[in-house]
Amino acid sequence: MIAIIDYGIGNLTSIRNMLKKAGCPDALITKDKAAIAEADKLILPGVGHFDYGMKQLRQADFFDTLNQRVLEEKIPVLGICLGAQLLSQGSEEGAEPGLGWINAYTRKFDLARMPEALKVPHMGWGDVAIQKDSKLFAAMPVDPRFYFVHTYHLVCDDPADELVSCTYGYPFTAGVEKGNILGVQFHPEKSHKYGLQLLTNFVNNY
Amino acid sequence: MRRIRVIPVLLIQNGGLVKSIQFKKHQYVGDPINAVKIFNEKEVDEIVILDISATQTKRVPNIQQIAEITGEAFMPLAYGGGITRLEEIKEILYEGAEKVVLNTSALDNPQLISRAAQRFGNQSIVVSIDVHKNWLGQYKVYRNNGTKNAGINPVELAKLVAELGAGEIMLTSIDRDGTFGGYDLDLLKQVTQAVDIPVIACGGAAEVQDFQQAVSIGGASAVAAGSMFVYQRPHRAVLISYPSQQELNEKLFSQL
Repeated sequence: MIAIIDYGIGNLTSIRNMLKKAGCPDALITKDKAAIAEADKLILPGVGHFDYGMKQLRQADFFDTLNQRVLEEKIPVLGICLGAQLLSQGSEEGAEPGLGWINAYTRKFDLARMPEALKVPHMGWGDVAIQKDSKLFAAMPVDPRFYFVHTYHLVCDDPADELVSCTYGYPFTAGVEKGNILGVQFHPEKSHKYGLQLLTNFVNNY
Repeated sequence: MRRIRVIPVLLIQNGGLVKSIQFKKHQYVGDPINAVKIFNEKEVDEIVILDISATQTKRVPNIQQIAEITGEAFMPLAYGGGITRLEEIKEILYEGAEKVVLNTSALDNPQLISRAAQRFGNQSIVVSIDVHKNWLGQYKVYRNNGTKNAGINPVELAKLVAELGAGEIMLTSIDRDGTFGGYDLDLLKQVTQAVDIPVIACGGAAEVQDFQQAVSIGGASAVAAGSMFVYQRPHRAVLISYPSQQELNEKLFSQL
């Protein structure tokens, strides 16, 4: 069973809708510690402010279970959008430490490096470049593009953790993978056949 | 390559899909769920759905219909029509819409914009501004689906809603709506120069060339169209279409 972690932030129904289409009818939107303790895989969604997201997660009574499942039992976890940023050590958006599961920091788009016509948040479709072999991008249709809405992006300490990049003014990390920990800045649940393939891969290959 | 969002706008009136000319002469063009399915198959960038009869008939958003629509939409979707309360916005977003569109309630209760932006993030709040050019050549905002002069000019209103926390402005020229006459580039320029948030151009598009002008000349961050995607010219036969990625690459993205 895949648990979509409900910590009061983000658009969870559309992730469940896309997982259903990806052949996973029993994905569960949950904040129940027991369900998270039993899940085979986790999805950490999220839209909004970094500090608010971290506080919500830390206050949740499943927080210790979550850490144990991911860090000790090493079950696959996929962070989406803010959920991917929370995997990092921290963010320029706030003061709260992140989960620290990935050696990366979350930084704001650097307007000084971007043409004026490009507005922040980056809102729209982006072509992505896959940076390393991954089961998450297996059988991906050609010219993959995904839907993004974000003002901040990950910066990896170790380039080997970067899974996929995108360019908006300059190239930035659009996804990470390190062992059982995966994160994507874009919204696969809103990205047509590309997102469907990615979530199908998460369901079948991990 | 810079991608620009190309957004079909679908109008719902009394449960059916309609298309207007200058916000009048609404013609039935089909079933909304079916249209969303077709647009989904065509892999459109994003979709805007406006229930234009909700405010007029003092009806609240139809959450069940929204859920049916989002169940078929695997792309970002913005929903507008009859939204007056924070709780309604919460329900619409929960059902899988990415954004809500405020129009009449943005004028009646501007605080709804700021409260919604604080709670759900600026990116989920779109304010739509419908504009008519009067006989003196002045731009005026119209409300209640273009039926009443709101007594404010679009630049003033755009600045106000941007300050309140709107994430985007959808700017529609009532005069160009359904005419295939191209976007009102002067109107676009005035508004895009006044605000820092993205402006979606709407009203008048006939071909991909118009998108390019809306961005290059008008300063739009995204483009929207209704008739161009639901009619086949010259006889306005109902036929849902959307430009191919190749056409968008050649005539739009590579020209910016």
